[in-house]
Amino acid sequence: MKDLRSPRGIIALVLLAVIAAGLSLTITEIPFGSPDTKVGSYYVENGREETGAANIVTSVVTGYRALDTLGEVTVLFIAAMGLSAVLAIEKKKRKREVEESSLVLSTGCRALFPFILLLGAYLFIHGHLTPGGGFQGGAVIGSAFLLVYLGYPERRISTTGTDVTESLGGLAFVILGLIGFAVGSSYFLSNFLPKGELYSLFSAGILPLIYIAIGLKVGAEFGGIIDRMMEETR
Amino acid sequence: MNFLSGYIYYIGAFGLVLIGLFIILLKSNLVKVIIGINILDTGVNLFLISVGYLDRGTAPIFAPGVQIEASSMVDPVPQALVLTAIVIGASVLALALSLTIKLYGHYGTLNLEDIRGQRW
Repeated sequence: MKDLRSPRGIIALVLLAVIAAGLSLTITEIPFGSPDTKVGSYYVENGREETGAANIVTSVVTGYRALDTLGEVTVLFIAAMGLSAVLAIEKKKRKREVEESSLVLSTGCRALFPFILLLGAYLFIHGHLTPGGGFQGGAVIGSAFLLVYLGYPERRISTTGTDVTESLGGLAFVILGLIGFAVGSSYFLSNFLPKGELYSLFSAGILPLIYIAIGLKVGAEFGGIIDRMMEETR
Repeated sequence: MNFLSGYIYYIGAFGLVLIGLFIILLKSNLVKVIIGINILDTGVNLFLISVGYLDRGTAPIFAPGVQIEASSMVDPVPQALVLTAIVIGASVLALALSLTIKLYGHYGTLNLEDIRGQRW
């Protein structure tokens, strides 16, 4: 911690005061509790008919704004790739002494692992019907891998497997978009499958398929990140 | 108090942003700087969500057998933005921490003043 009376501390405090003044002038101009956005109310009113998804957030993420989601998935991929590039510079096979986990901990982790995976899969398969979706389900699957690493310090998952799953998820997203380009109404990521019946599992065309691809991709990415960081610190 | 009840989320969000900026500017431990970046991230996410809030609004999800007017649902666009921003924030955090591990291996310290040779 720098002393607040040092030159750097004074500059930082002045900068913070200017930012705080600017922000406090701004927030009084933004109405709270009455969002005045045309596009949001359009999505809420027409999202069900146009995409067939009951969850309007899903219809925005994987329907109306699917191209942006593809960009964000790419950012995620680049971050995970950068992490593996940084941590894989030198592979030293050091064996650190790990303490055996107790019977209660290891049994509990083994018992919980499939259920957490199941919850993650449920979240991204039902992303167009209930709260949840690919990103949340993927994060839950990543937490299941983290639980295994905390419960069994000596256990490893295959980084080849996570890398292949991650690439297949991203590839499925792009291929679905290209099929929409060729078959549907000739724009990228157009919804070419039938909408189906509202509130049923097989509805909303390609939206659940995109969310399943995202869920697998995010889950595999988090699994790979956790594995590489665990390997580095062991 | 009426002003506070309407704007408490904005004040909290910008408070988090300012706390994060304070940590980034003044702390010299690299791990603390990364924690500051994460707090700033949280503040921005909270601000985006509160902009889309509608008074007594519900989640923008329709369900069979439940009558909800479309006009009483909160704005779904900021929610969709924040949904992806949280996951990206987590992976950027992991990337920053992996760089920190390498920096520590190279310099043997996490103090930014020692790493940059800073004098003031």
